[in-house]
Amino acid sequence: MEKYALYVPRLVTKEEIFAPGHRACIGCGEALAVRLVCKALGRDVIIASATGCMEIVSSQLPYTSWQVPWIHTLFENTAAVASGIEAALKVMSKKGKRPARDTKVVAFAGDGGTSDIGLQALSGAMERGHDFLYVCFDNEAYMNTGIQRSSSTPFGAATTTSPAGKMSIGQTSWKKNMPAIAVAHNIPYVATACPSYPFDLMAKVARGLATPGPAYIHVLSVCPTGWRCPPDLTVRMGRLAVETGIFPLYEVENGKYWLSDDSSALRPVTDYMKLQGRFRHLSEDVVEEIQRRVKTEYAGLRRKARRRHHEDG
Amino acid sequence: MTKPENMMTWKDLEIGSIVTEPGNASQYQTGAWRSQRPIHDFTKCIKCGLCYLFCPEGCIGQNAEGYFEADLFYCKGCGICARECWTRAIKMVEEEE
Amino acid sequence: MADKVGIEVSVAIGDAVKLARADVVAAYPITPQTHIVEHLAELVASGELDAAYIPVESEHSAMSACLGAAATGARVFTATAGQGLELMHEVVYVASSMQLPMVMTVANRALSAPLSVWGDHSDVMSVRDVGWIQIFTENGQEVVDNVLCAFRIAEDRRVLLPVMVHLDGFHLSHMIEPILFPEQAEVDRFLPPNQYPFPLDTAKPVTMGAFAPPVIYSETKKAQEVNIRASQEVIIECWREFGDAFGRYYSPVEGYHSEDARVLLLTMGSFSETAMTAIDRMRDDGKSVGLVRLRLWRPFPFEEIRRAVKEAEVLIVVDRALSFGGPGGPVCSEVRSALYGEAKRPKVVSFVGGLGGRDISLDGFEAIVSRGMEIAETGSEREFEMFGVRE
Ligand SMILES: Cc1ncc(C[n+]2csc(CCOP(=O)(O)OP(=O)(O)O)c2C)c(N)n1
Ligand code: SF4
Ligand code: SF4
Ligand code: SF4
Ligand SMILES: [Mg+2]
Repeated sequence: MEKYALYVPRLVTKEEIFAPGHRACIGCGEALAVRLVCKALGRDVIIASATGCMEIVSSQLPYTSWQVPWIHTLFENTAAVASGIEAALKVMSKKGKRPARDTKVVAFAGDGGTSDIGLQALSGAMERGHDFLYVCFDNEAYMNTGIQRSSSTPFGAATTTSPAGKMSIGQTSWKKNMPAIAVAHNIPYVATACPSYPFDLMAKVARGLATPGPAYIHVLSVCPTGWRCPPDLTVRMGRLAVETGIFPLYEVENGKYWLSDDSSALRPVTDYMKLQGRFRHLSEDVVEEIQRRVKTEYAGLRRKARRRHHEDG
Repeated sequence: MTKPENMMTWKDLEIGSIVTEPGNASQYQTGAWRSQRPIHDFTKCIKCGLCYLFCPEGCIGQNAEGYFEADLFYCKGCGICARECWTRAIKMVEEEE
Repeated sequence: MADKVGIEVSVAIGDAVKLARADVVAAYPITPQTHIVEHLAELVASGELDAAYIPVESEHSAMSACLGAAATGARVFTATAGQGLELMHEVVYVASSMQLPMVMTVANRALSAPLSVWGDHSDVMSVRDVGWIQIFTENGQEVVDNVLCAFRIAEDRRVLLPVMVHLDGFHLSHMIEPILFPEQAEVDRFLPPNQYPFPLDTAKPVTMGAFAPPVIYSETKKAQEVNIRASQEVIIECWREFGDAFGRYYSPVEGYHSEDARVLLLTMGSFSETAMTAIDRMRDDGKSVGLVRLRLWRPFPFEEIRRAVKEAEVLIVVDRALSFGGPGGPVCSEVRSALYGEAKRPKVVSFVGGLGGRDISLDGFEAIVSRGMEIAETGSEREFEMFGVRE
């Protein structure tokens, strides 16, 4: 799907809006995702960020990696903070108290800050219809506090609070379908993305940003530290998540599903799982069960979705 | 230059501890974390820029001849660039002590 | 200046916020605060107040939306009570630590369990140390005046802190009272536009809410503490200028027949009104009693309190909240520590009463005074006494 144009730099802004000097782990896929998302956002944005890895690594006093206005307050309230910013900007420019620039409001949070503790605030903000883009960086656990499970942790994965043991296979629940929850709010734009597909990711961010009303993008972000995989495999791992059908890339525009890529021949999930320490303890039966589930869900998605051919490619 | 944190007094802080110098983290050297470094073989490089695109640190840039090269002040040595380069123009080598 | 109008105090607060030309109101309904936010929603819907009203899904989000709005430089208002204040607690602490100016009225309410929608100061005490400026009011006029002052204090370049204006739930929030509203032009003269110095703005990007390792956290807290202490001067200056403009003067500690009294009562909030009437009655009976009303709860006015009570022999503090297993009345604890180092100081007696909407009547205050004098004479085995509880 990603037709890498030969001269990438011509297509992507050279500006590093997420400045180097951040303290993310070596090979962090979440930092890569933030960096690419920021390139697509450009400079005319205000970012509200949740507590989590990306906040901690980017804003240790007296330093900041942010080149754009950025605010962090707490873990679970990012969508509400963004609501306040958006409402204020609107009324202030209407009252002539701020220049009528078209500054966009963006919220950043991890999977914990989104699908667990921040779900209520996000639901409220989507329901009220604020004009903002919410980006969830999903590394499938609470990484900042030391790899504890979240509702976004995949079935079978070992984390520090869903450890594998004689009596446990690790995480015993299936990953919460956060994009579907966003879709259920009838918002105009929802998408999944992954930095291993940088052009797709950036195009979706640009679309989400341009959409009036709430937009939600769920970005799979490989975490070598928490997934226990070699840091040089970060980009490859994201690709495998997509090619196995574990993390399909799609968009939902006004309720209509579009597959960003259609792999009728999915790779076996083991191609992905065998490279990660968090799945290493799983028996063949469990892997088989995961394989079946992935196939069923992918087939369900294909039934709902159409293949998209964007003019811009 | 930002005053280092261990020199800052409470009077040096802006109200609400706001940081008013955007992107000043670029003064912070993350290259010291590295145990491996990328070596670019320019004879193999086709200047496609993929390494630049996939570097989590955003520390790969073009030199005067247009070749892509890592800024070792920031490079953490993750090896993603080497792994993703199509032409295998990048090799990771151990940092010497 | 217009004539006095009879109006429910909650509605009057909405009108004061309108006079202050607030930009953003984010709030979640809770008894006894509901009439405040309903009226504001109405004012925005009718176009009388040109503001964004954000009907958030919780108090946690109400305060969070206020943070975001204040960070853009907007003039921000919210209101809550009891459980609502508890739910927003985490965010309330952030507002002051990030020095984001805003105004919140709290219609003071008891805390669950058991559930009680009625008034006391338990909610106030749970946010005692969060770093907000906190002002207590006794009647509708004081609330209106202090909401206007609160915006000016909060947004003052020398302060930049959020301000809570407390009013007793039901006892004050639901009263219909004659209130004098200043003209819009007068308010505009008194309250300049908000000029928050570091708004979120792409023209000048700032990073707000950065993370502090141990090497710098203490410095951030010291800066905050110095700032709130210094705000007292600005608060007093604001009250003086408000008085000069509108003829009603306020100060951190206010006395009522307190200068020459042998025995002093100390109260906070609307109970002071009943206490004053009780003082009149006791004075008529020839007793040397007076009243000290604490208006500024944070920053705590140590010097003013010392000055106000130093000539008295007995000081009886009536609290409307408990500190379970602790020293009894929270206000009394503060007063005791303010006086501890003084060579000449009254004996301090602590009462807790008026919990969960229970009234303290005129007779009640008289009973408190005589029991207080008894305790001062003979001493007591208890740290404090609860008033009006059936044994
Ligand atoms: C109210 C509250 N509860 C718990 C925490 C501790 N905490 C901080 S970040 C975090 C996990 C973050 O996980 P996620 O949102 O997935 O982001 P990640 O660090 O994985 O990027 C937790 C549990 C907190 N800061 N606040
Ligand atoms: S723990 Fe994972 S997500 Fe967090 S900084 Fe490290 S690699 Fe990135
Ligand atoms: S990826 Fe390889 S070929 Fe492409 S620019 Fe980088 S070093 Fe050169
Ligand atoms: S090794 Fe990693 S950090 Fe260093 S230049 Fe390559 S991708 Fe960037
Ligand atoms: Mg996470």
